[in-house]
Amino acid sequence: MTTTTAAPDRAATRAERGGFSDLLHAEWTKFRTVRGWVTGMAVAALVTVLIGLLSAAGSHTSCNGRPCHFFYPVGPGGEAVTDSFYFVHRPLAGNGSITARMTSLTGLLPTASGGRVRAGQGPRSGMHPGLEPWSKAGIIIKESTRQGSAYAAMMVTGGHGVRMQYDYTQDAAGLPGAVTTASPRWLRLTRAGDTVTGYDSADGRHWTLVGTATLPGLSSTVQAGLFATSPAYSVTTAQGLLGMSGTGGPTLATGVLDRVSLRGGRPAAAWSGTAIGGGPTAASPVQGGGYHLAGGTFTVTGSGDIAPDTPGGAGPGQTLDRTLAGAFAGLIAVVVVGTMFITAEYRRGLIRTTFAASPRRGRVLAAKAIVIGSVTFAAALVAAVVAVPLSSRVLRDNGNYLYPVTPLTEVRLVAGTAAVLAVAAVLALAIGALLRRSAVAVTVVIVAIVLPYFISVTNLLPAGADQWLMRLVPAAALSIQQTIPNYPQVSNVCSVGSGCYPLVPWAGFAVLCAWAAAALGLAVFLVRRRDA
Amino acid sequence: MTVAPDEPRAPTRPAAPTAGTGLRDALHAEWTKLRTAPGTFWLVFAVVALTVAVSSAAAAAARCPATGCGQDPTKVSLTGIYLGQVAVAMVAVLAMSSEYSSGMIRTTLAAMPHRITVLAAKAALLTGLMLAAGALAVLGSLLAGRLILPGHGFTVAHGFAALSLADGPVLRAAAGSVLYLALIALLSLGAATAVRDSAVAIGLVLGLLYLFPIVAGVISDPHLQRHLQQIAPMTAGLEIQATTGLRSLPISPWAGLGVLAAWAGAALLAGGLLLRLRDA
Repeated sequence: MTTTTAAPDRAATRAERGGFSDLLHAEWTKFRTVRGWVTGMAVAALVTVLIGLLSAAGSHTSCNGRPCHFFYPVGPGGEAVTDSFYFVHRPLAGNGSITARMTSLTGLLPTASGGRVRAGQGPRSGMHPGLEPWSKAGIIIKESTRQGSAYAAMMVTGGHGVRMQYDYTQDAAGLPGAVTTASPRWLRLTRAGDTVTGYDSADGRHWTLVGTATLPGLSSTVQAGLFATSPAYSVTTAQGLLGMSGTGGPTLATGVLDRVSLRGGRPAAAWSGTAIGGGPTAASPVQGGGYHLAGGTFTVTGSGDIAPDTPGGAGPGQTLDRTLAGAFAGLIAVVVVGTMFITAEYRRGLIRTTFAASPRRGRVLAAKAIVIGSVTFAAALVAAVVAVPLSSRVLRDNGNYLYPVTPLTEVRLVAGTAAVLAVAAVLALAIGALLRRSAVAVTVVIVAIVLPYFISVTNLLPAGADQWLMRLVPAAALSIQQTIPNYPQVSNVCSVGSGCYPLVPWAGFAVLCAWAAAALGLAVFLVRRRDA
Repeated sequence: MTVAPDEPRAPTRPAAPTAGTGLRDALHAEWTKLRTAPGTFWLVFAVVALTVAVSSAAAAAARCPATGCGQDPTKVSLTGIYLGQVAVAMVAVLAMSSEYSSGMIRTTLAAMPHRITVLAAKAALLTGLMLAAGALAVLGSLLAGRLILPGHGFTVAHGFAALSLADGPVLRAAAGSVLYLALIALLSLGAATAVRDSAVAIGLVLGLLYLFPIVAGVISDPHLQRHLQQIAPMTAGLEIQATTGLRSLPISPWAGLGVLAAWAGAALLAGGLLLRLRDA
């Protein structure tokens, strides 16, 4: 008895499995035999490449009519960095430590009326006292005085308390609060091999571990000492269609440190002061930096930053996602095709034949989603694989500086963009099945994806509102194109126009997937209940 | 005997008025179709509702902490046009393409063989409808702005008078925004007539509207960027809303609306030509 009941079951499952691959085959046949849809996909791929090329060709950077020679230091992790500060240092051979007590951090900001520090007026005219939140001064152990070399530093900041930062991207919090003569901050860095450990203390006796930095391949002789630096100040004064205008300028920070002690091998006994990145070609030149030593008390003044370089900051660099600006045009074409893949069946009455041939309607929708998703992914992948190298070459030939990215990030940019288009096509299919009217469905999907991006890029809404918008709507998925991460230790205006999204890449993509899944689920539910 | 010569004339009499009132009949027929289509009422309602809702939200989100905050209160309170125009485009696209999807177009053209008259009637009706809906939407938005904005720092102390249509630039922005919506309807009608399919037409129109500013945003060459802004139907057309900083605009307000009118005219021309030349 058991064998006779088992046999039909197995046959049935085999038939079902065959059924689904038949369904996929049927849907694929439908897709490839409609000339308009195939053309639509080709158009999507083509406009993605062409608009990327057009925007690359239209972006020139030149310095007084000649091509610029940018020098951007690159950090140990391969990212572009800013490395400009005033460094009071001496060599440290082998293992050892540096300890100092910091009693004051003050600074100068440009005047609020947009008074940039002009060359002819002397470095400090038109400035008033004040600190940037990420103005910093403290102690540092650095591979060398070369820009972009590995380092670990303990510092007091203008608005974020004591921090330990290393290798540009890493940041850990220590004691909170501001530093005063009454409540000084003791800082210590200990080097053992490739490891540098940071401690802080309020009294110089009870030390707390702040962080441990591993700096691979650190030389046996490094530079240890004191530093001060302060990032450029900027404030948005007006925003409107296509861009914001802001005002700002370089700032200065001055740290006062005493009880400086250096333990370990000391090949040379004298302190020397170096303005790191202080040349005339630097993006944020050190203005009026220097140091003063009197009775064991160091007063160090510097300007610049030790941090990852991010778009929208001082540099004129472009991000790699610019090369895929055409993906929006491709997206619109893909949404039209994705919607028509189901609405055309309703319009022509083919849907009745389809459902008569395979009565399990949920599976029909699943097969359609798989076909349109795969086709879109393939077309968009080809477009992105062509567009990114081609447009970045044109951008570089036009004298632009492109922020370096890791190969993994580049793969994420290319494959992620293709995936966004594929999921958008599935979303369009689902909305098409829900609404059954092409025009309404296409409009809904385009409004959900392109309009919020447009609103963010053109700053139609205040900054807070458009950041929330870009967290909730399907357009959040475009964060997969962000190539330079958001660093909390860099105060920067994070705007979608400069390639900075409020959500991390995969979280943003998950928002779109959630919308698509919900729409598809609802579509399956309704298509099952409704008459075709 | 006097009756006899009238006999052969009788059939020609109805024919003569038909030629004369062709447009009036066409208008009546098109109005009946537009009025009785299931989506029209809701879409026209959506034009007004979306515009006023988004404008109010933008006004509620706007802040002007001090004098010289660089905001344009008229423009802020007309932000909803960016979404309202989408519903306008849908009404206009569906007015033509739904006839193609249902096959109705063959009946229409059999009844009215002069095809340009059909297109002209649709254009005239849509213009009238959108002028009416647009006026409601714009007045509602400005009223919302007038009520909300003074509470958010747009006060006389910060250099902003309350929004009033008696103010020349505000009146220009308001009237221009209504005309803008009507021109978007004509552009969409032309595009729908040219490509026939509703999904393709709406994709084309929305792409045309939104892609220009997005592409202009990623181009760093200021000259090329300015040129793109000057020829983009939405960016140029909506300069009509600007009441402050007129000198820094890429194109003057009325010239900008003229650019959109040129786009709409070109779309109608292309649609009209294709309608005449093609089989239905």
